[in-house]
Amino acid sequence: MAAAARLFIRGAHSTLAISGVGTGKQSSLFKLSAGCSSRLKAQRHVAHFTFQPDPPTTEYGATQKMNLFQSITSALDNTLASDPTAVIFGEDVAFGGVFRCTVGLRDKYGKDRVFNTPLCEQGIVGFGIGAATAGATAIAEIQFADYIFPAFDQIVNEAAKYRYRSGNLFDCGNLTIRAPWGCVGHGSLYHSQSPEAYFVHCPGIKVVIPRSPLQAKGLLLSCIADNNPCLFFEPKILYRAAVEQVPVDSYTIPLSQAEVLQEGSDLTLVAWGTQVRDVASDTSRSVSPEHFRSMLNFSLVHVFQSVARTGRLLISHEAPVTGGFAAEISSTVQEECFLNLEAPIARVCGYDTPFPHIFEPFYIPDKWKCFDAIKRMINY
Amino acid sequence: RHSLCAAVQQQQQPFDSSLEKPQFPGASAEFVDRLEFIQPNVISGIPVYRVMDRQGNIINPSEDPQLSKETVLNFYQKMTLLNTMDRILYESQRQGRISFYMTNYGEEGTHIGSAAALESNDLVFGQYREAGVLMYRGFPLDLFMAQCYANADDLGKGRQMPVHYGCKDLHFVTISSPLATQIPQAAGAAYALKRENMNRAVICYFGEGAASEGDAHAGFNFSATLECPLIFFCRNNGYAISTPTNEQYRGDGIAARGPGYGMLSIRVDGNDVFAVYNATKEARRRAVAENQPFLIEAMTYRIGHHSTSDDSSAYRSVDEVNYWDKQDHPISRLRHYMTARGWWSEDDERSWRNQSRKTVMEAFEKAERRLKPNPELLFTDVYQEMNPTLAKQRESLFRHIQQYKEHYPLDLYEK
Repeated sequence: MAAAARLFIRGAHSTLAISGVGTGKQSSLFKLSAGCSSRLKAQRHVAHFTFQPDPPTTEYGATQKMNLFQSITSALDNTLASDPTAVIFGEDVAFGGVFRCTVGLRDKYGKDRVFNTPLCEQGIVGFGIGAATAGATAIAEIQFADYIFPAFDQIVNEAAKYRYRSGNLFDCGNLTIRAPWGCVGHGSLYHSQSPEAYFVHCPGIKVVIPRSPLQAKGLLLSCIADNNPCLFFEPKILYRAAVEQVPVDSYTIPLSQAEVLQEGSDLTLVAWGTQVRDVASDTSRSVSPEHFRSMLNFSLVHVFQSVARTGRLLISHEAPVTGGFAAEISSTVQEECFLNLEAPIARVCGYDTPFPHIFEPFYIPDKWKCFDAIKRMINY
Repeated sequence: RHSLCAAVQQQQQPFDSSLEKPQFPGASAEFVDRLEFIQPNVISGIPVYRVMDRQGNIINPSEDPQLSKETVLNFYQKMTLLNTMDRILYESQRQGRISFYMTNYGEEGTHIGSAAALESNDLVFGQYREAGVLMYRGFPLDLFMAQCYANADDLGKGRQMPVHYGCKDLHFVTISSPLATQIPQAAGAAYALKRENMNRAVICYFGEGAASEGDAHAGFNFSATLECPLIFFCRNNGYAISTPTNEQYRGDGIAARGPGYGMLSIRVDGNDVFAVYNATKEARRRAVAENQPFLIEAMTYRIGHHSTSDDSSAYRSVDEVNYWDKQDHPISRLRHYMTARGWWSEDDERSWRNQSRKTVMEAFEKAERRLKPNPELLFTDVYQEMNPTLAKQRESLFRHIQQYKEHYPLDLYEK
């Protein structure tokens, strides 16, 4: 399996010795004061976090303020400009997409390069595989990750196996499939799913989940450049909520490199995508956040190193806990770090139910559940 | 108030509703005021285009493609070579030498006629019963055999079951077992080739059973809406394993679905290699010139079993099979055409049969002696690059084999 997830554990700013867990949007939650909990009683539709942008960087050139969907547009714009074979297609991409990720691209690059397809996911992915095999850079959009399943056969039986089964005569490495992913506050069963586990189980594809606009653009460009079929899941709740300075030009962020955001000594926290909301507030402990860019197993090396030091691991994801990717990480870590573990590995994940509507505040693995799990691990 | 009503009435024009036209964005049509359901025409369906009668006589001379003797002899030799290879490989599976095989008996005309009508660099997506297309393009017997034997010469590195051929140089995309998955892929490939603007077409083969899959619907619809230079070639051979066509569909076959997608469609006699050739040639010309897909439904009959895992006497009569083998066979029909012109004699037939059998047997014996690929190839090409996790798994297997080597058939594999 090769799944690339953007795991991010963000360092807290300020006085807390605990580093943040998860995406940047976590950090403001570190202040677990009364004011913070009153924010939790907010009306519906307000996100249960505030995105905290990365500090601006000039590493990749001049930057511009962009939210997540704009950073995606920027990546696609760069790609269409530099690669004449690149085409973008899917439902409703022509007018700009239901999440505005493709706004302006059809006018700029032409209707033969940015076009609507009929409403048929198995067709979208099958078409994309064929276009990629014939040499085009094919960027397919699935409108919601919840609707990727008609394309499951094409992804798992075809795209993932194209190179292997042909003895490397043919491949669809030029294919990238993008889909909005994860909870959004009111998405319910069919606009909230995180289906990465189904795909990480399949050898031959890469699964990438960014945590922020800066990461998203660099990772998407890496997926497009990568010579393997890639699934790129975009946390939809961050499309407008996540804003930061993003390089205007093209840049790539390696898919398979882990990044340790902050060294700590007591606990290792792992999450990906939007799931960084939860952070322990135990100020007497220091936490080592693992920042994963990719779910490729070999990047777990950094987790092993961290767990060997801290002895405690917490993994968190929105997807249901049984058979979720936390189970894979947990199993591998206990193989490699068995004697280092001071407490059972904790998984703070969604329940084994379909994603509910009105019960979302209770369903999601929020910071309080992570906090509680960390307390139990520390006191084990 | 009374005067207001009168004024309003005066302003109303006499209204002729027959002047109203539908304005719906979804269809352009006229109104009709009689309730009547459109009857699907399955009694006298789309007619079957043919050039030769069953005795190989040209019916309408203006449809005779007038191919040269050399070309026609090549057609015949490719069809019969395929037939010979099929017999030998089918037998080899029965003897336990290869694991599995699928024959092409009765459908040789569909392969050769269509392959001959294409340019050599047109991209081919197949299902699994199109080996003649690859043979026509020049895929050597050695490589057919290598794939079936999964030996170290197999271009596919021994990864797939027999008959899952592929050849990049001959523009034949590697076969996969899931049915109809190639159909939307063909549409995507055709779209990419259209943008390349190099005068290349795509042909996509599938059976009438695979045409029931959702992927077929997807591929047809995409190719029409996205204006792809693509030929859909359906081999309607009467059976999908044991399922006859009256359990596969209730409409007028596959050709009748084309118009539903806005696609130009034709039904041809698949056992008439010239009809197949003519239809494919014209479809190819127009697909590229006009950037639109064409649907060809080639009617034929699957004389052989579905595969070596099938015994078709369980669901059809031997008499039925014999009819097609003896009375309506693409190879016999072409031979009649050739002998009528004095292009092929009994001696030619005898010596060609012997020669083709000999070359097939040589390739066969060579393939059988060849070692299997190195087991390292179990782990490569999953991704373009090796990754550390997989490398670890590979090391683990090799350590294991070192320790338990007597339990593994290492002698059969390259080192």
